[in-house]
Amino acid sequence: MIRLDYEIIAGIVEPGARVLDLGCGDGELLSLLKEKRHCHGTGIEILPQQILKCMERGVSVAQGNIDSDMDVYEDKRFDYVILNESLQQIMNIEKVLTDALRVGKKVIVGIPNFCNIRARAQIFFRGQVPVTESLPYKWYNTPNLRFLSLRDFRDFCVAKNIVIEKNPCLCEGKQVRFFTNLFADSGIFVLRRD
Amino acid sequence: MSEPLIVKTRFFTFAEPPHPLVLKSGVTLGPVTVAYELYGELNAARSNAILIFHAFTGDAHAAFYHEGDQKPGWWADMIGPGKAFDTDKYCVICSNVLGSCKGTTGPGSVNPATGKPYGLTFPVITIEDMVDVQKALLDHLGIKKLLSCAGGSMGGMQAMTWAVRYPESVHSAIVIAACHRHTAQQIAFHEVGRQAVVADPEWKDGDYYGRSMPARGLAVARMVGHITYMSWVSMEQKFGRKLLDKEKLGYDFSKDFEVQNYLEYRGKSFVERFDANSYLYLTKAMDYFDLAGGRKLSEAFKNIAADLLVISFTSDWLYPSSQSQEMVRALKADDVDVTYVEMQSDYGHDAFLVEFDDQTRAISSYLAKVQRERSLP
Repeated sequence: MIRLDYEIIAGIVEPGARVLDLGCGDGELLSLLKEKRHCHGTGIEILPQQILKCMERGVSVAQGNIDSDMDVYEDKRFDYVILNESLQQIMNIEKVLTDALRVGKKVIVGIPNFCNIRARAQIFFRGQVPVTESLPYKWYNTPNLRFLSLRDFRDFCVAKNIVIEKNPCLCEGKQVRFFTNLFADSGIFVLRRD
Repeated sequence: MSEPLIVKTRFFTFAEPPHPLVLKSGVTLGPVTVAYELYGELNAARSNAILIFHAFTGDAHAAFYHEGDQKPGWWADMIGPGKAFDTDKYCVICSNVLGSCKGTTGPGSVNPATGKPYGLTFPVITIEDMVDVQKALLDHLGIKKLLSCAGGSMGGMQAMTWAVRYPESVHSAIVIAACHRHTAQQIAFHEVGRQAVVADPEWKDGDYYGRSMPARGLAVARMVGHITYMSWVSMEQKFGRKLLDKEKLGYDFSKDFEVQNYLEYRGKSFVERFDANSYLYLTKAMDYFDLAGGRKLSEAFKNIAADLLVISFTSDWLYPSSQSQEMVRALKADDVDVTYVEMQSDYGHDAFLVEFDDQTRAISSYLAKVQRERSLP
Protein backbone atom coordinates (compact mmCIF):
# COMPACT_ATOMS: atom_id res chain seq x y z
CA MET A 1 0.00 0.00 0.00
CA ILE A 2 1.21 3.46 -0.87
CA ARG A 3 1.42 5.99 1.93
CA LEU A 4 -1.29 8.62 1.60
CA ASP A 5 1.15 11.55 1.66
CA TYR A 6 3.11 9.95 -1.19
CA GLU A 7 -0.10 9.33 -3.09
CA ILE A 8 -1.17 12.96 -2.65
CA ILE A 9 2.23 14.26 -3.75
CA ALA A 10 2.22 11.92 -6.76
CA GLY A 11 -1.21 13.31 -7.60
CA ILE A 12 0.05 16.88 -7.49
CA VAL A 13 3.18 16.38 -9.60
CA GLU A 14 2.52 16.42 -13.34
CA PRO A 15 3.77 13.53 -15.49
CA GLY A 16 7.31 14.01 -16.74
CA ALA A 17 8.07 16.75 -14.22
CA ARG A 18 11.60 17.48 -13.06
CA VAL A 19 11.77 16.89 -9.34
CA LEU A 20 14.34 17.52 -6.61
CA ASP A 21 13.64 15.68 -3.34
CA LEU A 22 15.43 17.25 -0.39
CA GLY A 23 16.06 14.71 2.34
CA CYS A 24 14.86 11.89 0.11
CA GLY A 25 15.64 9.13 2.66
CA ASP A 26 15.55 5.68 1.10
CA GLY A 27 14.16 7.06 -2.17
CA GLU A 28 10.67 5.55 -1.91
CA LEU A 29 8.87 8.73 -2.96
CA LEU A 30 11.31 9.42 -5.80
CA SER A 31 10.97 5.91 -7.18
CA LEU A 32 7.18 6.20 -6.96
CA LEU A 33 7.27 9.48 -8.88
CA LYS A 34 9.59 7.91 -11.43
CA GLU A 35 7.42 4.83 -11.91
CA LYS A 36 3.93 6.34 -11.75
CA ARG A 37 4.55 9.81 -13.14
CA HIS A 38 7.68 9.25 -15.23
CA CYS A 39 9.36 12.11 -13.40
CA HIS A 40 13.02 12.98 -13.84
CA GLY A 41 13.96 12.97 -10.22
CA THR A 42 17.05 13.41 -8.12
CA GLY A 43 17.53 13.57 -4.39
CA ILE A 44 19.78 15.00 -1.74
CA GLU A 45 20.31 12.86 1.34
CA ILE A 46 22.79 13.06 4.17
CA LEU A 47 23.05 9.41 5.27
CA PRO A 48 25.22 7.08 3.12
CA GLN A 49 23.23 3.96 4.06
CA GLN A 50 20.04 5.65 2.81
CA ILE A 51 21.84 6.52 -0.43
CA LEU A 52 22.65 2.86 -1.01
CA LYS A 53 18.94 2.08 -0.59
CA CYS A 54 18.08 4.83 -3.08
CA MET A 55 20.54 3.30 -5.52
CA GLU A 56 18.97 -0.12 -5.10
CA ARG A 57 15.67 1.48 -6.06
CA GLY A 58 17.35 2.92 -9.15
CA VAL A 59 17.04 6.51 -8.01
CA SER A 60 19.64 9.22 -8.64
CA VAL A 61 20.79 10.77 -5.41
CA ALA A 62 23.73 12.77 -4.18
CA GLN A 63 24.94 12.76 -0.63
CA GLY A 64 24.97 16.26 0.70
CA ASN A 65 23.49 19.02 2.78
CA ILE A 66 20.12 20.55 2.06
CA ASP A 67 21.41 23.78 3.59
CA SER A 68 24.10 24.39 0.98
CA ASP A 69 23.65 22.10 -2.00
CA MET A 70 21.03 24.01 -3.98
CA ASP A 71 23.51 26.79 -4.78
CA VAL A 72 24.72 25.00 -7.92
CA TYR A 73 21.34 25.00 -9.63
CA GLU A 74 20.16 27.81 -11.83
CA ASP A 75 16.73 29.41 -11.28
CA LYS A 76 13.68 27.23 -11.99
CA ARG A 77 15.75 24.15 -12.86
CA PHE A 78 13.05 21.93 -11.35
CA ASP A 79 9.29 21.83 -11.69
CA TYR A 80 9.00 20.72 -8.09
CA VAL A 81 11.28 20.79 -5.09
CA ILE A 82 10.00 18.48 -2.38
CA LEU A 83 10.64 18.74 1.35
CA ASN A 84 8.57 15.91 2.78
CA GLU A 85 9.07 15.36 6.50
CA SER A 86 12.42 17.09 6.36
CA LEU A 87 11.65 20.77 6.95
CA GLN A 88 11.30 20.34 10.71
CA GLN A 89 14.82 18.91 10.83
CA ILE A 90 16.50 21.79 9.04
CA MET A 91 18.57 24.42 10.79
CA ASN A 92 18.34 27.26 8.31
CA ILE A 93 14.69 27.09 7.25
CA GLU A 94 14.45 30.50 5.60
CA LYS A 95 17.50 29.95 3.41
CA VAL A 96 16.39 26.47 2.39
CA LEU A 97 12.87 27.63 1.48
CA THR A 98 14.24 30.64 -0.39
CA ASP A 99 16.62 28.39 -2.35
CA ALA A 100 13.87 25.84 -2.99
CA LEU A 101 11.54 28.52 -4.33
CA ARG A 102 14.36 29.80 -6.52
CA VAL A 103 15.43 26.50 -8.12
CA GLY A 104 11.89 25.07 -8.23
CA LYS A 105 8.85 26.47 -9.97
CA LYS A 106 6.85 25.05 -7.10
CA VAL A 107 7.77 23.63 -3.71
CA ILE A 108 5.94 20.84 -1.91
CA VAL A 109 6.40 20.83 1.85
CA GLY A 110 5.08 18.06 4.09
CA ILE A 111 5.18 18.72 7.84
CA PRO A 112 3.82 17.05 10.95
CA ASN A 113 1.34 19.11 12.96
CA PHE A 114 2.73 19.45 16.43
CA CYS A 115 -0.54 20.98 17.67
CA ASN A 116 -3.16 18.43 16.65
CA ILE A 117 -5.80 17.47 19.18
CA ARG A 118 -3.99 14.41 20.52
CA ALA A 119 -0.87 16.43 21.12
CA ARG A 120 -2.86 19.20 22.73
CA ALA A 121 -4.61 16.72 25.00
CA GLN A 122 -1.32 15.25 26.17
CA ILE A 123 0.00 18.66 27.03
CA PHE A 124 -3.23 19.72 28.72
CA PHE A 125 -4.09 16.59 30.67
CA ARG A 126 -0.74 14.97 31.25
CA GLY A 127 1.41 18.07 31.29
CA GLN A 128 3.94 16.33 29.05
CA VAL A 129 5.53 16.98 25.71
CA PRO A 130 3.37 14.96 23.29
CA VAL A 131 4.38 11.61 21.84
CA THR A 132 1.97 10.47 19.13
CA GLU A 133 2.01 8.22 16.08
CA SER A 134 3.04 11.09 13.82
CA LEU A 135 5.38 12.50 16.48
CA PRO A 136 6.90 9.28 17.80
CA TYR A 137 9.97 10.75 19.48
CA LYS A 138 10.70 11.61 23.09
CA TRP A 139 12.11 15.03 23.91
CA TYR A 140 15.60 13.57 24.32
CA ASN A 141 15.85 11.60 21.07
CA THR A 142 13.87 13.63 18.57
CA PRO A 143 15.65 14.54 15.32
CA ASN A 144 13.24 17.46 14.97
CA LEU A 145 14.68 20.90 15.46
CA ARG A 146 11.47 22.81 14.80
CA PHE A 147 8.10 22.33 16.46
CA LEU A 148 5.32 23.98 14.52
CA SER A 149 1.64 23.72 13.76
CA LEU A 150 -0.01 23.91 10.37
CA ARG A 151 -1.22 27.40 11.32
CA ASP A 152 2.33 28.45 12.22
CA PHE A 153 3.50 27.45 8.79
CA ARG A 154 0.61 29.22 7.05
CA ASP A 155 1.44 32.40 8.99
CA PHE A 156 5.08 32.02 8.02
CA CYS A 157 4.16 31.78 4.33
CA VAL A 158 1.98 34.89 4.54
CA ALA A 159 4.76 36.83 6.27
CA LYS A 160 7.29 35.74 3.62
CA ASN A 161 5.00 36.41 0.64
CA ILE A 162 4.86 32.75 -0.30
CA VAL A 163 1.66 31.68 -2.04
CA ILE A 164 0.01 28.50 -0.74
CA GLU A 165 -1.61 26.94 -3.80
CA LYS A 166 -2.95 23.85 -2.12
CA ASN A 167 -2.89 22.50 1.39
CA PRO A 168 -4.25 18.96 1.74
CA CYS A 169 -4.19 17.82 5.35
CA LEU A 170 -4.10 14.28 6.72
CA CYS A 171 -5.21 12.47 9.83
CA GLU A 172 -4.45 8.80 10.39
CA GLY A 173 -4.18 8.03 6.70
CA LYS A 174 -7.28 9.97 5.68
CA GLN A 175 -7.71 13.45 4.34
CA VAL A 176 -9.22 16.08 6.71
CA ARG A 177 -10.95 19.17 5.37
CA PHE A 178 -12.18 21.10 8.39
CA PHE A 179 -10.45 22.45 11.48
CA THR A 180 -7.26 21.06 10.04
CA ASN A 181 -4.98 22.66 12.61
CA LEU A 182 -6.93 20.84 15.29
CA PHE A 183 -7.50 17.47 13.66
CA ALA A 184 -4.76 16.87 11.10
CA ASP A 185 -1.56 15.16 12.14
CA SER A 186 0.25 16.39 9.06
CA GLY A 187 -0.15 18.80 6.19
CA ILE A 188 1.13 19.09 2.66
CA PHE A 189 1.68 22.57 1.23
CA VAL A 190 2.14 23.39 -2.44
CA LEU A 191 4.01 26.68 -2.51
CA ARG A 192 5.14 29.15 -5.11
CA ARG A 193 6.30 32.72 -5.42
CA ASP A 194 3.89 35.30 -6.79
CA MET B 1 33.91 -25.12 -5.07
CA SER B 2 33.94 -24.55 -8.80
CA GLU B 3 37.09 -24.46 -10.88
CA PRO B 4 38.98 -21.17 -10.61
CA LEU B 5 38.37 -18.92 -13.60
CA ILE B 6 41.51 -18.62 -15.67
CA VAL B 7 42.48 -15.60 -17.74
CA LYS B 8 45.44 -14.85 -19.98
CA THR B 9 46.90 -11.44 -20.61
CA ARG B 10 46.60 -10.45 -24.26
CA PHE B 11 48.55 -7.89 -26.25
CA PHE B 12 47.62 -5.41 -28.95
CA THR B 13 50.12 -3.29 -30.87
CA PHE B 14 49.26 -0.14 -32.80
CA ALA B 15 50.68 3.28 -33.75
CA GLU B 16 53.30 1.62 -35.93
CA PRO B 17 55.20 3.84 -38.36
CA PRO B 18 54.18 5.91 -40.19
CA HIS B 19 51.17 6.51 -37.87
CA PRO B 20 52.54 7.14 -34.39
CA LEU B 21 50.43 8.17 -31.42
CA VAL B 22 50.42 11.95 -30.97
CA LEU B 23 50.68 12.72 -27.27
CA LYS B 24 49.16 15.67 -25.43
CA SER B 25 52.62 17.26 -25.32
CA GLY B 26 52.73 17.12 -29.14
CA VAL B 27 55.50 14.53 -29.11
CA THR B 28 54.86 11.30 -31.04
CA LEU B 29 55.30 7.74 -29.82
CA GLY B 30 55.06 4.43 -31.58
CA PRO B 31 54.61 1.60 -31.85
CA VAL B 32 52.59 1.14 -28.67
CA THR B 33 51.78 -2.26 -27.20
CA VAL B 34 48.89 -2.60 -24.77
CA ALA B 35 48.52 -5.46 -22.28
CA TYR B 36 44.88 -6.23 -21.52
CA GLU B 37 42.56 -8.88 -20.12
CA LEU B 38 38.93 -9.77 -20.81
CA TYR B 39 36.42 -11.26 -18.39
CA GLY B 40 32.96 -12.32 -19.50
CA GLU B 41 31.46 -12.30 -22.97
CA LEU B 42 30.60 -9.42 -25.24
CA ASN B 43 26.91 -9.65 -26.20
CA ALA B 44 25.68 -9.57 -29.78
CA ALA B 45 24.80 -5.87 -29.61
CA ARG B 46 28.25 -5.16 -28.11
CA SER B 47 26.48 -3.05 -25.50
CA ASN B 48 27.67 -4.71 -22.29
CA ALA B 49 31.33 -3.72 -22.21
CA ILE B 50 32.82 -2.16 -19.11
CA LEU B 51 36.34 -0.77 -19.05
CA ILE B 52 38.16 -0.98 -15.71
CA PHE B 53 41.11 1.29 -14.94
CA HIS B 54 43.81 0.31 -12.50
CA ALA B 55 45.42 2.68 -10.04
CA PHE B 56 49.01 3.94 -10.09
CA THR B 57 51.00 0.71 -9.67
CA GLY B 58 48.34 -1.75 -10.82
CA ASP B 59 48.15 -3.85 -13.95
CA ALA B 60 45.78 -5.42 -16.46
CA HIS B 61 45.22 -8.44 -14.22
CA ALA B 62 42.09 -7.18 -12.45
CA ALA B 63 40.22 -10.46 -11.92
CA PHE B 64 40.24 -14.25 -12.29
CA TYR B 65 43.46 -16.28 -12.00
CA HIS B 66 46.53 -16.61 -14.14
CA GLU B 67 47.26 -20.28 -14.80
CA GLY B 68 48.94 -21.78 -11.76
CA ASP B 69 48.63 -18.63 -9.59
CA GLN B 70 47.48 -18.72 -5.97
CA LYS B 71 46.23 -15.14 -5.96
CA PRO B 72 43.57 -13.69 -8.27
CA GLY B 73 43.65 -10.23 -9.91
CA TRP B 74 43.76 -7.02 -7.88
CA TRP B 75 39.98 -6.31 -7.94
CA ALA B 76 38.78 -9.92 -7.99
CA ASP B 77 36.36 -9.19 -5.14
CA MET B 78 34.58 -6.72 -7.40
CA ILE B 79 34.81 -8.45 -10.79
CA GLY B 80 33.48 -11.96 -11.42
CA PRO B 81 30.28 -14.00 -11.67
CA GLY B 82 27.64 -12.46 -9.37
CA LYS B 83 29.96 -9.68 -8.26
CA ALA B 84 29.61 -5.89 -8.62
CA PHE B 85 30.95 -6.07 -12.15
CA ASP B 86 29.10 -9.28 -12.93
CA THR B 87 30.97 -11.20 -15.61
CA ASP B 88 27.84 -13.30 -16.26
CA LYS B 89 26.21 -10.11 -17.53
CA TYR B 90 29.02 -7.83 -18.59
CA CYS B 91 32.17 -8.03 -20.63
CA VAL B 92 34.84 -6.48 -18.44
CA ILE B 93 38.09 -5.21 -19.93
CA CYS B 94 41.15 -4.02 -18.08
CA SER B 95 44.35 -2.78 -19.70
CA ASN B 96 47.69 -1.69 -18.32
CA VAL B 97 48.25 2.06 -18.69
CA LEU B 98 50.70 3.73 -21.02
CA GLY B 99 54.00 4.42 -19.23
CA SER B 100 53.63 1.50 -16.84
CA CYS B 101 55.84 -1.58 -16.69
CA LYS B 102 53.28 -4.37 -16.73
CA GLY B 103 53.16 -5.20 -20.41
CA THR B 104 52.10 -1.89 -21.94
CA THR B 105 54.75 0.31 -23.54
CA GLY B 106 56.64 2.38 -20.98
CA PRO B 107 60.11 3.74 -20.22
CA GLY B 108 61.39 0.21 -19.55
CA SER B 109 60.28 -1.03 -22.99
CA VAL B 110 62.77 -1.44 -25.80
CA ASN B 111 62.72 1.43 -28.26
CA PRO B 112 62.64 -0.30 -31.68
CA ALA B 113 64.57 2.60 -33.19
CA THR B 114 67.58 2.05 -30.94
CA GLY B 115 67.19 -1.52 -29.74
CA LYS B 116 67.64 -0.26 -26.17
CA PRO B 117 65.17 0.56 -23.38
CA TYR B 118 63.70 4.05 -23.69
CA GLY B 119 64.71 5.19 -20.21
CA LEU B 120 64.36 8.95 -20.05
CA THR B 121 64.01 9.22 -23.84
CA PHE B 122 60.45 8.00 -23.29
CA PRO B 123 58.14 11.01 -23.71
CA VAL B 124 56.32 12.45 -20.70
CA ILE B 125 52.78 11.13 -20.89
CA THR B 126 49.46 12.29 -19.41
CA ILE B 127 46.22 10.75 -18.19
CA GLU B 128 44.68 11.86 -21.52
CA ASP B 129 47.33 9.87 -23.40
CA MET B 130 46.52 6.77 -21.35
CA VAL B 131 42.88 7.20 -22.26
CA ASP B 132 43.68 7.65 -25.96
CA VAL B 133 45.56 4.34 -25.90
CA GLN B 134 42.54 2.65 -24.29
CA LYS B 135 40.31 4.15 -26.99
CA ALA B 136 42.55 2.61 -29.65
CA LEU B 137 42.24 -0.75 -27.89
CA LEU B 138 38.44 -0.52 -27.84
CA ASP B 139 38.38 0.41 -31.53
CA HIS B 140 40.47 -2.68 -32.15
CA LEU B 141 38.02 -4.80 -30.14
CA GLY B 142 35.10 -3.34 -32.09
CA ILE B 143 33.46 -1.70 -29.08
CA LYS B 144 31.91 1.63 -30.03
CA LYS B 145 30.31 2.58 -26.75
CA LEU B 146 30.96 1.38 -23.22
CA LEU B 147 28.15 0.57 -20.80
CA SER B 148 30.47 1.95 -18.17
CA CYS B 149 34.04 2.65 -17.22
CA ALA B 150 35.29 2.57 -13.67
CA GLY B 151 38.34 2.95 -11.52
CA GLY B 152 39.74 4.17 -8.22
CA SER B 153 42.45 6.76 -7.62
CA MET B 154 44.40 7.23 -10.87
CA GLY B 155 41.76 4.88 -12.32
CA GLY B 156 39.08 7.39 -11.31
CA MET B 157 41.00 10.14 -13.10
CA GLN B 158 40.89 8.02 -16.26
CA ALA B 159 37.14 7.39 -15.83
CA MET B 160 36.50 11.12 -15.50
CA THR B 161 38.74 11.79 -18.51
CA TRP B 162 36.82 9.25 -20.61
CA ALA B 163 33.54 11.03 -19.84
CA VAL B 164 35.05 14.38 -20.85
CA ARG B 165 37.19 13.30 -23.80
CA TYR B 166 34.95 10.67 -25.41
CA PRO B 167 31.41 11.76 -24.49
CA GLU B 168 29.91 9.69 -27.30
CA SER B 169 31.72 6.53 -26.27
CA VAL B 170 30.54 6.00 -22.67
CA HIS B 171 27.06 5.59 -21.20
CA SER B 172 28.35 6.01 -17.67
CA ALA B 173 31.50 6.51 -15.64
CA ILE B 174 32.24 5.40 -12.09
CA VAL B 175 34.80 7.64 -10.41
CA ILE B 176 36.12 6.33 -7.08
CA ALA B 177 38.43 8.07 -4.60
CA ALA B 178 39.66 10.43 -7.29
CA CYS B 179 39.78 14.06 -8.32
CA HIS B 180 39.61 16.33 -11.34
CA ARG B 181 43.03 17.84 -10.73
CA HIS B 182 46.08 17.22 -8.62
CA THR B 183 46.49 19.71 -5.79
CA ALA B 184 49.69 21.13 -4.31
CA GLN B 185 49.68 18.54 -1.53
CA GLN B 186 49.26 15.65 -3.95
CA ILE B 187 52.03 16.98 -6.20
CA ALA B 188 54.24 17.50 -3.15
CA PHE B 189 53.99 13.89 -1.99
CA HIS B 190 54.82 12.71 -5.51
CA GLU B 191 57.78 15.06 -5.66
CA VAL B 192 59.21 13.52 -2.48
CA GLY B 193 58.90 10.09 -4.11
CA ARG B 194 60.57 11.21 -7.32
CA GLN B 195 63.39 12.93 -5.43
CA ALA B 196 64.02 9.71 -3.51
CA VAL B 197 64.37 7.82 -6.82
CA VAL B 198 66.61 10.31 -8.59
CA ALA B 199 68.80 10.75 -5.51
CA ASP B 200 69.67 7.06 -5.62
CA PRO B 201 73.14 6.78 -7.26
CA GLU B 202 71.97 3.61 -9.06
CA TRP B 203 69.34 5.59 -10.96
CA LYS B 204 71.98 6.98 -13.39
CA ASP B 205 69.60 9.38 -15.15
CA GLY B 206 67.21 6.55 -15.79
CA ASP B 207 69.74 4.48 -17.69
CA TYR B 208 70.00 1.59 -15.24
CA TYR B 209 68.43 -1.23 -17.27
CA GLY B 210 70.60 -4.32 -17.33
CA ARG B 211 72.36 -3.06 -14.22
CA SER B 212 71.23 -2.72 -10.63
CA MET B 213 67.96 -0.88 -9.99
CA PRO B 214 67.72 2.28 -7.88
CA ALA B 215 66.08 0.01 -5.32
CA ARG B 216 66.75 2.05 -2.21
CA GLY B 217 65.29 5.23 -3.67
CA LEU B 218 62.25 3.50 -5.12
CA ALA B 219 61.59 1.75 -1.79
CA VAL B 220 61.64 5.07 0.06
CA ALA B 221 59.29 6.54 -2.54
CA ARG B 222 56.89 3.66 -1.96
CA MET B 223 57.11 4.06 1.81
CA VAL B 224 56.02 7.69 1.55
CA GLY B 225 53.28 6.72 -0.88
CA HIS B 226 52.04 3.96 1.37
CA ILE B 227 51.62 6.33 4.29
CA THR B 228 49.39 8.52 2.14
CA TYR B 229 47.23 5.51 1.19
CA MET B 230 46.45 4.68 4.81
CA SER B 231 44.62 6.71 7.44
CA TRP B 232 45.53 7.85 10.92
CA VAL B 233 43.02 5.36 12.30
CA SER B 234 44.08 2.40 10.17
CA MET B 235 47.75 2.91 11.11
CA GLU B 236 46.85 3.30 14.76
CA GLN B 237 44.75 0.13 14.68
CA LYS B 238 47.26 -1.89 12.73
CA PHE B 239 50.42 -0.81 14.55
CA GLY B 240 49.86 1.71 17.28
CA ARG B 241 53.16 1.88 19.14
CA LYS B 242 53.69 -1.88 19.03
CA LEU B 243 57.34 -2.79 19.33
CA LEU B 244 59.08 -5.08 16.90
CA ASP B 245 60.23 -8.32 18.58
CA LYS B 246 61.43 -6.50 21.66
CA GLU B 247 60.23 -5.74 25.16
CA LYS B 248 61.53 -2.21 25.44
CA LEU B 249 63.00 0.57 23.36
CA GLY B 250 66.48 -0.17 22.00
CA TYR B 251 67.95 3.31 22.38
CA ASP B 252 69.71 2.87 19.08
CA PHE B 253 68.76 3.22 15.40
CA SER B 254 67.69 -0.33 14.80
CA LYS B 255 63.98 -0.76 14.15
CA ASP B 256 61.95 -0.31 17.30
CA PHE B 257 58.39 -0.14 16.02
CA GLU B 258 56.32 -2.51 13.94
CA VAL B 259 55.28 0.26 11.61
CA GLN B 260 58.93 0.72 10.60
CA ASN B 261 59.20 -2.92 9.67
CA TYR B 262 55.94 -2.80 7.74
CA LEU B 263 57.05 0.16 5.67
CA GLU B 264 60.38 -1.47 4.91
CA TYR B 265 58.62 -4.65 3.82
CA ARG B 266 56.25 -2.61 1.62
CA GLY B 267 59.16 -0.75 0.04
CA LYS B 268 61.21 -3.88 -0.61
CA SER B 269 58.38 -5.92 -2.10
CA PHE B 270 57.45 -2.99 -4.34
CA VAL B 271 60.93 -2.78 -5.84
CA GLU B 272 60.59 -6.38 -7.00
CA ARG B 273 57.47 -5.60 -8.99
CA PHE B 274 57.79 -2.05 -10.27
CA ASP B 275 60.14 -0.05 -12.47
CA ALA B 276 61.63 3.15 -11.03
CA ASN B 277 61.27 5.11 -14.28
CA SER B 278 57.61 4.12 -14.58
CA TYR B 279 57.23 5.49 -11.07
CA LEU B 280 58.56 8.84 -12.29
CA TYR B 281 56.42 8.93 -15.45
CA LEU B 282 53.16 7.90 -13.84
CA THR B 283 53.47 10.27 -10.89
CA LYS B 284 54.20 13.03 -13.40
CA ALA B 285 51.11 12.11 -15.42
CA MET B 286 48.97 12.43 -12.30
CA ASP B 287 50.58 15.71 -11.31
CA TYR B 288 49.80 17.14 -14.77
CA PHE B 289 46.19 16.02 -14.41
CA ASP B 290 43.82 19.01 -14.45
CA LEU B 291 40.62 18.54 -16.41
CA ALA B 292 39.53 22.16 -16.15
CA GLY B 293 42.96 23.50 -17.08
CA GLY B 294 42.22 27.06 -15.96
CA ARG B 295 38.58 27.03 -17.03
CA LYS B 296 35.63 26.71 -14.72
CA LEU B 297 35.10 23.05 -13.93
CA SER B 298 31.50 23.15 -15.17
CA GLU B 299 32.89 24.48 -18.44
CA ALA B 300 35.20 21.46 -18.74
CA PHE B 301 32.32 19.12 -17.95
CA LYS B 302 29.74 20.67 -20.25
CA ASN B 303 30.04 18.09 -23.05
CA ILE B 304 29.64 15.11 -20.75
CA ALA B 305 26.82 12.89 -22.01
CA ALA B 306 27.43 9.99 -19.62
CA ASP B 307 25.77 9.41 -16.26
CA LEU B 308 28.21 9.63 -13.39
CA LEU B 309 28.63 7.73 -10.15
CA VAL B 310 31.11 9.36 -7.78
CA ILE B 311 32.30 7.56 -4.64
CA SER B 312 34.61 8.86 -1.94
CA PHE B 313 35.63 7.55 1.48
CA THR B 314 35.44 9.36 4.81
CA SER B 315 39.04 8.68 5.91
CA ASP B 316 40.71 9.27 2.52
CA TRP B 317 42.87 12.32 3.10
CA LEU B 318 44.96 11.89 -0.07
CA TYR B 319 41.94 12.33 -2.37
CA PRO B 320 39.53 13.83 0.14
CA SER B 321 35.75 13.86 -0.29
CA SER B 322 35.87 17.62 -0.80
CA GLN B 323 37.46 17.01 -4.22
CA SER B 324 34.74 14.55 -5.20
CA GLN B 325 32.11 17.01 -3.99
CA GLU B 326 33.63 19.71 -6.16
CA MET B 327 33.19 17.44 -9.18
CA VAL B 328 29.64 16.54 -8.16
CA ARG B 329 28.68 20.22 -7.86
CA ALA B 330 30.05 21.00 -11.30
CA LEU B 331 28.29 17.96 -12.79
CA LYS B 332 24.99 19.04 -11.22
CA ALA B 333 25.42 22.53 -12.56
CA ASP B 334 25.82 20.96 -16.01
CA ASP B 335 22.67 18.88 -15.55
CA VAL B 336 24.58 15.60 -15.68
CA ASP B 337 22.77 12.71 -13.98
CA VAL B 338 25.12 12.20 -11.03
CA THR B 339 24.93 9.95 -7.99
CA TYR B 340 27.35 10.59 -5.17
CA VAL B 341 28.03 8.68 -2.00
CA GLU B 342 30.70 9.19 0.64
CA MET B 343 31.25 5.76 2.15
CA GLN B 344 32.23 5.29 5.76
CA SER B 345 35.63 3.64 6.02
CA ASP B 346 38.72 3.76 8.21
CA TYR B 347 41.01 2.45 5.46
CA GLY B 348 41.97 5.81 3.99
CA HIS B 349 42.68 6.05 0.28
CA ASP B 350 43.11 2.27 0.05
CA ALA B 351 39.42 1.84 0.96
CA PHE B 352 38.44 1.28 -2.69
CA LEU B 353 40.60 -1.86 -2.64
CA VAL B 354 39.15 -3.04 0.67
CA GLU B 355 35.53 -1.94 1.18
CA PHE B 356 33.69 -4.35 -1.07
CA ASP B 357 30.23 -4.61 0.51
CA ASP B 358 29.07 -1.02 0.06
CA GLN B 359 30.85 -0.63 -3.27
CA THR B 360 29.19 -3.79 -4.55
CA ARG B 361 25.72 -2.63 -3.47
CA ALA B 362 26.27 0.75 -5.10
CA ILE B 363 27.89 -0.39 -8.32
CA SER B 364 25.73 -3.42 -9.13
CA SER B 365 22.52 -1.42 -8.75
CA TYR B 366 24.03 1.50 -10.62
CA LEU B 367 25.02 -0.59 -13.64
CA ALA B 368 21.52 -2.10 -13.77
CA LYS B 369 20.04 1.41 -13.67
CA VAL B 370 22.21 2.65 -16.53
CA GLN B 371 21.33 -0.41 -18.59
CA ARG B 372 17.60 0.07 -17.90
CA GLU B 373 17.46 3.83 -18.40
CA ARG B 374 19.49 3.78 -21.56
CA SER B 375 17.51 0.80 -22.87
CA LEU B 376 20.62 -1.28 -23.47
CA PRO B 377 20.21 -4.98 -24.24
